[in-house]
This record gives sequence, structure tokens and C-alpha cells, in this order.
Amino acid sequence: MSVVRSPLGRARGLGSAKHGVGHFIAQRVTAIALVLLLLWGAVSVVGLAHGDYSTATDWLHSPINAALAVLLAFAAFWHMQLGMRVIIEDYIQKASTKAALLVLNIFVGWLGGALTILAILKVALAPAGVSV
Amino acid sequence: MADAAPGPRPRPISPNIQLDGGVWRWHVTMFASILHRATGMGLYVGALVFMAWALSLAAGPGAYGAFQSLVASILGKIVLIGLTLCVFYHMGNGVRHLAWDSGYGFRPKTADTTAFVAFGFAVVATILLWAAILTTGAAQ
Repeated sequence: MSVVRSPLGRARGLGSAKHGVGHFIAQRVTAIALVLLLLWGAVSVVGLAHGDYSTATDWLHSPINAALAVLLAFAAFWHMQLGMRVIIEDYIQKASTKAALLVLNIFVGWLGGALTILAILKVALAPAGVSV
Repeated sequence: MADAAPGPRPRPISPNIQLDGGVWRWHVTMFASILHRATGMGLYVGALVFMAWALSLAAGPGAYGAFQSLVASILGKIVLIGLTLCVFYHMGNGVRHLAWDSGYGFRPKTADTTAFVAFGFAVVATILLWAAILTTGAAQ
């Protein structure tokens, strides 16, 4: 790589940090997962839309539904965080603002994902017929 | 260039930021690309709606009822239909991106066609899903 990078560019520390591949692969793998999970989610929404509270809790008591809902939340928040990171890196030029927004984006992604998954698990693991 | 001012020359500018028009013209693939990013940003909100659904369900029947009446309101329905369009467009165009990542679909004609396919998929899938939601509601 040193052949194609200019000495000045190297001295300024410009160029790739060599960490991009993980981001690239994670974004694509979560994308493939989300195609499948969201098609399942769309079908599930039809069944839940007119149901009441117990319809939804009964639905989440199925281990398959609970597992897929958790995976949907995991893949969605991860993919969303990866995508928003690229948008921030593309459009925000001021270093301090960029750093702050990148940290905020990571926090929103992990907090949102954790809250969603724990909420799903709380309902899924509650004894059947008991209001949580 | 013989009488160029001393000092660094202006850096070359990427065509996409040549604000005077440059070599770019408006094109469907460009619109599809912008829309991919815009819908992705919209789905940031969509993920938070999903979170609100899960949290209200975990909070109990009262909170879940409040969430349901919120999304069943006119404004709620408009937002949800918009988010459904975002989901299906981002999904269809995302598959287009996955094909590109695998090395397929780069011919200009193919790229144009698949952009329109992504638009069509978003609209048709949204109509089908909402038709299913609304008709099951009428049956109950």
C-alpha cells in the first residue's frame, strides 16, 4: 500500500484505518438477515394489527416468534447504526461535531436495541396468561 | 495554465459535487440512490416505533392500548404507511445493492430497469400489506 500512498499522505496519517472490512461485511450480512426477518415481520403485523394486548403477548410466548423478534431488533439496530455512521461521516465535516454524533449514534443503536430486546424477552418469558 | 497563480492548484472536484451541474444530469439511478439513503434515515424512526411497540407491550395492557390508539389514528396511519414504503423501498433497493456487491447489474440499462423495479416493489408491497391489514380488520 505504501507504493500508492504519497509520502505526504502517509505523514499526515491519511487514508484507510484498515477497519472498513468489518463494517462492510456486517452491513451486508445484517441486510440479508433483515430481508428475511422483515418479510416475516410484515406477515406477523397483519395478525397483530387488530388484536389486543393478549393477542400480542400470546404471540410472543411462541419461542419462534420471540427468537425472530429479538433477531429482528438486533439486526435492525445494528444495521441502522452502521448506516447512520456512514451518513454522519459523509456529511459532517467539523471533527468535534462528527465525533459527538458518532458517539450519539452508537449510544442510540445500543440503547434502542437493548431496550427493544429486553422488552421482548420480558413479555416472552412471563408466565402465560399473566399480565406483565 | 501558463499564467496560473503560484501556490497549490484547486483540487479536482468529484463530479457529484460539481454544483454548477458539471458532467452530471438528473437520472433515475441517482434518484434511487438518494432515496435509499433518505429511506434509511426514515427507518431510524421506524426502529424507534418498533422499540415503542415492544416497550409498551412490556409495560402492560394500558400502555399497549395507548400505543395502539396512537398508531391507529390518522396521523399514526400516515406515518406507518410512510414507514412501510421506506421498509419495502430500502429492502428492494438493498437487494439491488447486494447484487452490485456480487458484481451483477452494472449495465446502465439493467441499473435503470432495476431502479424502477425497486420503486414498483415498494408501492405494490405497501399496498398489499395494508390491504391485508385493513381487510382482516373488517372481517373481525
